[in-house]
Amino acid sequence: MNIAVAHNYSGAPLGAPVYELTHVSKTYARNLVVALQDVSLTLTKGSFTSVIGSSGCGKSTLLKIMAGLIPPTKGRVTLQNQPVTGPRRDIGMMFQQATLFPWKTAVENIVLPIEIRDGKAAAKKAMGKAHELLEIVGLKGFENVYPNELSGGMAQRAAICRMLITEPAVLLLDEPFSALDELSRDMMNMELQRICREQDATAFLVTHSIQEAVILSDDIVVMKPRPGRIAEVVTVDLPRPRTLDMMTTPKFGEIVDRIRSMLDKGEDM
Amino acid sequence: MTEYQTNVPTDTETVQDTVWEQQTAFIDSVPRWIAMTFVFLAFIGTWQLVTSLELVSPIILPTPMETLEDMIFVGQNLLTNGYMLGALWITVQEVIYGFALAIAIGFSLGVLVGETAFGERAVMPYLVAIDTMPKVAFAPLFVAWLGFGIESKVALAAFIATFPIVVGTAAGLHAADENARMLFKTMGASRMQTLIKMKLPTGLPQIFTGLKIGAVGVMAGAITGEFLGGGKGFGELIRVAASQLNTPRVFSLILYLSVLGLALYLVVQWTQRRVVFWQKETVVSHDG
Repeated sequence: MNIAVAHNYSGAPLGAPVYELTHVSKTYARNLVVALQDVSLTLTKGSFTSVIGSSGCGKSTLLKIMAGLIPPTKGRVTLQNQPVTGPRRDIGMMFQQATLFPWKTAVENIVLPIEIRDGKAAAKKAMGKAHELLEIVGLKGFENVYPNELSGGMAQRAAICRMLITEPAVLLLDEPFSALDELSRDMMNMELQRICREQDATAFLVTHSIQEAVILSDDIVVMKPRPGRIAEVVTVDLPRPRTLDMMTTPKFGEIVDRIRSMLDKGEDM
Repeated sequence: MTEYQTNVPTDTETVQDTVWEQQTAFIDSVPRWIAMTFVFLAFIGTWQLVTSLELVSPIILPTPMETLEDMIFVGQNLLTNGYMLGALWITVQEVIYGFALAIAIGFSLGVLVGETAFGERAVMPYLVAIDTMPKVAFAPLFVAWLGFGIESKVALAAFIATFPIVVGTAAGLHAADENARMLFKTMGASRMQTLIKMKLPTGLPQIFTGLKIGAVGVMAGAITGEFLGGGKGFGELIRVAASQLNTPRVFSLILYLSVLGLALYLVVQWTQRRVVFWQKETVVSHDG
């Protein structure tokens, strides 16, 4: 499948910084609760970064700040050298639930971000691209099907298309496949890898699964709670493209163990 | 029926299939229309028995036959453009205008209450307070303000039907989940876009539930208005028949009215199926 829908989304060369967070902190309730403390992070073009940590480590807060949904209390947040001051077209986002709207067909759901930002006419023009995206994720023939008739995995594939339709510079993935069964989840993760590589996408994944983080990521950000902060960044030097077989290699196990021991230490604090 | 085969290997004996006798409740094997006819006949039979044994005075309860005869008479009058058709038309108008008014006011108030913090905090408490009042008691006021024409009946019908529509609309606007709201935020949707493209369609099932309850209320309101405020509608015919102790007439008029009420309800339900096509049927029913 070599359909070039949108190559080189952000225009930056591979490896160039796309998303930068510098000394970002977030406090709630009049500075009493520190949700995030001094987080600095750089996502480079074409890289896949995961964040992992126990609940309360501030990863959802981090994701919301990166999505422009909430402002940081302190620090700098820039995407493609532009400060993030709200939701942006070049930020694509995906959630645990596909959240497709049942009154719209698959393609209509996919062009919804265009409809919201540029109106109905622009959405109509984007239909062709939506069809191509559906083909990329293996949903050819399901263009005019309503979400009620899609399985969980198919719905998430459609949600991937909806995220990609605006050609975002960064993909923010909030446990996108955690509601799926394990088999579909593994398959969708491999799909995600393929799509990200084809599109040279810069991806940022929040997950609870160490295995999932290791198999997908170039870098894994391990976070600790109270206050939420980065404990360590682990670089995964498994070759690309990753395959599910790699999950049985000693090296994979080694990285998983290392991250698990870091997370266990975090629990004591 | 499912067949389960035992996997015990036997050479000489013939293997017996393990077949389960599927248990079906008796009522499931009876077609629905037969069951319904049975209940209908049982009801009519009891009615006939009570009247023919003269357990109740015939002035209080007419026989089924008398009622049927009167229904035929009323039906003929309606079909031959008699005075009853005029009365029915007045009631139909009250119901339609009342329902339209209730939808307009109820939907607007529902959006105000469901979408704005001001509406929810400052307006909703008053709506709840008014809703707990016995709304029929306002009928004399409406007559005093609007006279004995259809206006006072339209007002009472709309007054009763408005509240369920307000509640349905407000509840519908709250039905969208956190994910959908967040998604719309990330797409940079304005408040109006979020309302029209997401919250309203999401809430349509609840809105239609409100409309259905309202459709029942609007009938009650129109007839009550006619009882208490006179006029020339169907309710007035019932009142007159009752005052003349013409109970067969009262019964047959009520039955014709229920057809009107049912028709209104079915119109709403039909519209709902067309508009909210993605909604799964939630009607309690055996054969769906």
